[in-house]
Amino acid sequence: MFMKHFRLIIIGGGPAGLSAAKIAAESGVKSLIIERDFKLGGQLVKQTHMFFGSEKQYAKTRGINIAKILINDVEQNINMITVMKNTTVVGLYEDNVLTVLQGETYTKISFDSLVVATGASEKFLAFENNDLPGIYGAGAVQTLMNVHGVLPGEKVVMIGSGNIGLIVSYQLLQAGVNVLKVLEAAPTIGGYKVHASKLKRLGVDILTNHSIKKAIGKDKLEKILVSELDDKWEFIEGSEFEIETDALCISVGLSPMGNLLSMIGAEMKYISKLGGLVPVIDHHHETTIKNIYVAGDVCGVEEASSAIVEGYLTGLLVSERLGFRHKDFDNLYDDYNSQLDNLRSGPFGVRTLEGLQELRGERNVK
Amino acid sequence: MLNKTGVPTLEEIKSRFPKKGLLIKHKAITECYEEIPCNPCATSCPFNAIHIGEDINTPPKVDFNNCVGCGICVYSCPGLAIFTVEEHSDHLRFKIPFEFVPYPKQGETWHGVNRNGDIITNVDILKVSITEKYDKTALIEVKVDKEFIHDFVTIRRIT
Repeated sequence: MFMKHFRLIIIGGGPAGLSAAKIAAESGVKSLIIERDFKLGGQLVKQTHMFFGSEKQYAKTRGINIAKILINDVEQNINMITVMKNTTVVGLYEDNVLTVLQGETYTKISFDSLVVATGASEKFLAFENNDLPGIYGAGAVQTLMNVHGVLPGEKVVMIGSGNIGLIVSYQLLQAGVNVLKVLEAAPTIGGYKVHASKLKRLGVDILTNHSIKKAIGKDKLEKILVSELDDKWEFIEGSEFEIETDALCISVGLSPMGNLLSMIGAEMKYISKLGGLVPVIDHHHETTIKNIYVAGDVCGVEEASSAIVEGYLTGLLVSERLGFRHKDFDNLYDDYNSQLDNLRSGPFGVRTLEGLQELRGERNVK
Repeated sequence: MLNKTGVPTLEEIKSRFPKKGLLIKHKAITECYEEIPCNPCATSCPFNAIHIGEDINTPPKVDFNNCVGCGICVYSCPGLAIFTVEEHSDHLRFKIPFEFVPYPKQGETWHGVNRNGDIITNVDILKVSITEKYDKTALIEVKVDKEFIHDFVTIRRIT
């Protein structure tokens, strides 16, 4: 039996994967994108807000329209880029072979190089009754609402004031849902203050030093018990109060999805500042397994703008290693690196920069 | 304050306004107090009136002599953190971004709302601009009483 072979396989058709495929195609490398979902675009397809960053990362364009641009770039290269949708990679083996599941069919495909651009998944929070119907991840709510047109409930409490929590709260208001409160366990708001101000002027309070103690309800969520937290993140006795709500959104961060890399034995390191377990990589975005590269949130949770640039950079580097040097390699290499430096140079990028230094062993942690 | 509630102090708000007398024409007020990686206000301005520079984390600075108050930055700002204001003898005019449907209509009266989310006054809708290039962020021009120059920030439908 003949096994299908591709010079380059990219796992994940989100911002990082699509960008990597585009630059690989420009460099002359044919690739296969494997996407688990029924459509390309990753999490961009539900981002109805305008993006931050600079023009090069499509700032002020809405995420849903950035998805269209990136997908169009791929479709323009139809003879260079093959796309498999509704397809999940279920196995990755040492001899440059992976197994995919499409419908009920398992197929093995081989590659010279692999880019893992699987993104990240939502973290959950431990509290009593956290499995009651009506309790969602904020990303899930965004998918439900902005992709499928389904509202999660009439009233919502958001847990977490990072950018996702703030943005999804705003989008819930736009959809006509009553956002009762945003709870933040930390002493200050986590996301961009411009997002917080947008919510506040719409009448939504953000309660810092507050978190959920338990969910209450018989067959579905009816109310939650909220408590204030002290500076050691312990619940303050006697500060509890209830909020009646039929939906709760959990937005407490993302974890890189590096399961496939763990499977093949790539060296992984737990870096809290990058969101959790991430692969050890060199400056070429190559993991400790030769010919296996990573791009986007799988190697550190950031904004989609950074995932796009990391995708371009990884596509450029992997193509060069395969013997296909982009005609504009030097300029693009410098440009992508300076874009990433720029995106990461402010106070919000410090976490990522420090996390990357820690990953490379250039920074000691106590 | 801003860190805990999302509401800037009066001092912070005033720091973004030009000197008295310059508001005889609309000028952009950029309520972007934090270093975040973002620069569409600067790159979208056709009059080179908003400066951020190489490091896109630098908060914007408005050159009020160049600013004509056109409002392009208002609907280009991903943080909806810019508005324009113009002083008349007996009232103010603001141009604000608005992303809720149905959009207001010219001639309607809406509530005026402050940064805390409280209704502080009623305002007249003077003009609603929304074409393809606005990409669904409408630019609403409203007439507001003079005393609310540092308070008014958005509108809410009267129900």
